[in-house]
Amino acid sequence: MASSGKEAEVDLARQLAAGNLAVFDDFVASFRTRLFQYSLLVCGHREDAEEVAQDTLLKVFENFGQLREPERVRPWVFRIARNACLMKRRKSVFAPAQELSLDELMPAVAQDGRERRLEIADWSKLPEDQVLRGELQRVLQDSISALPDIYKTVLLLRDVEELSTGETAGILEVSEDVVKTRLHRARLSLRQSLDGYLRGRAGRGGET
Amino acid sequence: MSGHEAHQGHDCAGIFAELSGYLDGELTPEAGRELEEHLCGCPPCVEFLQSLRLTVDLCHELQPGAEPRPLTAEARGRLLDACKKMLESRGAV
Repeated sequence: MASSGKEAEVDLARQLAAGNLAVFDDFVASFRTRLFQYSLLVCGHREDAEEVAQDTLLKVFENFGQLREPERVRPWVFRIARNACLMKRRKSVFAPAQELSLDELMPAVAQDGRERRLEIADWSKLPEDQVLRGELQRVLQDSISALPDIYKTVLLLRDVEELSTGETAGILEVSEDVVKTRLHRARLSLRQSLDGYLRGRAGRGGET
Repeated sequence: MSGHEAHQGHDCAGIFAELSGYLDGELTPEAGRELEEHLCGCPPCVEFLQSLRLTVDLCHELQPGAEPRPLTAEARGRLLDACKKMLESRGAV
C-alpha cells in the first residue's frame, strides 16, 4: 500500500509548497491513517496513536518551510512522527533493548531418508490465495506489534512505509549497517511467526 | 539442531545472513553471484528465500488493523490554522 501513494504525496507536498490551500484536506487524509497505523504499532495505544498522528501533522504544517525537497516528504514526515512517538511512549526509554538472536530465527532441519529438508510450512499457495493472505495480514499485525522496538521501527519504515535504507538510517540516527542487520532479523522473526501460523493451519486441515 | 548449516556441504548459515541484502539488491556483485551459485545447488535455501520474500510482500501490503476516528472539526481547525499560517509566512497566500 505504501508505494502506491508516494507519487500522490509528493504532488500534494509540491502543491502545498506552491500555496495551494485547496489540497489541505487531501494532504491530511493521505498521511493521517498511515501515521495512525505506524503510531499504533509503535505505541500500542489507540489514544496515543491518534494524538501522535495529530501532533505530527501539526508540526508538519508548522515546519513545512524546512522541507527542502518535496519528493522526500514521506521520510521527512516520519522523522517527525518518530520523535512524536518517543515523546509519547509510555514505557521507560531506559528499558534494556531486547535483541533478536539469529540462531533462534533459523529453521530447524529434518532428516528425511537421505535428504535433509527444512522444517518450514508450504508457502507455495500464498501468492494466489487471497483468503490466506487476509488471514496472514492479521497474524502479521500482531507479530509486528510484538517485535522489540528497535526492530519494529526499522521494519515499519523500511518494509511498510518503503523508505530506503539511507532514509531509515537518517530518521533513526543509526548507521545503514545497523538498519540492514535489524531489518533482516525483524523479517526473519515475522517469517517465523507466519510460518508457525501456516503450519498450524495445515495441521488443522485448513489448507485450501 | 538450531540451524540449517552445511546441508549438502554448503555454507547455508553464511547465506542465511545475506538473504535480506539479496532481496533488497544491496549485496556487492561478487556476494550476489556467490549467493546465487549457492542457491542453484540448495533447494532448501531457495524455499526459505521464497518464504522470506513473501513475508516482505505481505509487509508491503499491510492493511491498517484499525482506522483512526474521524478528524473532529476542532482538530481539523487547528491543522488548517497552522497550514494557513505557514502559507502566509511564505507569502504564498
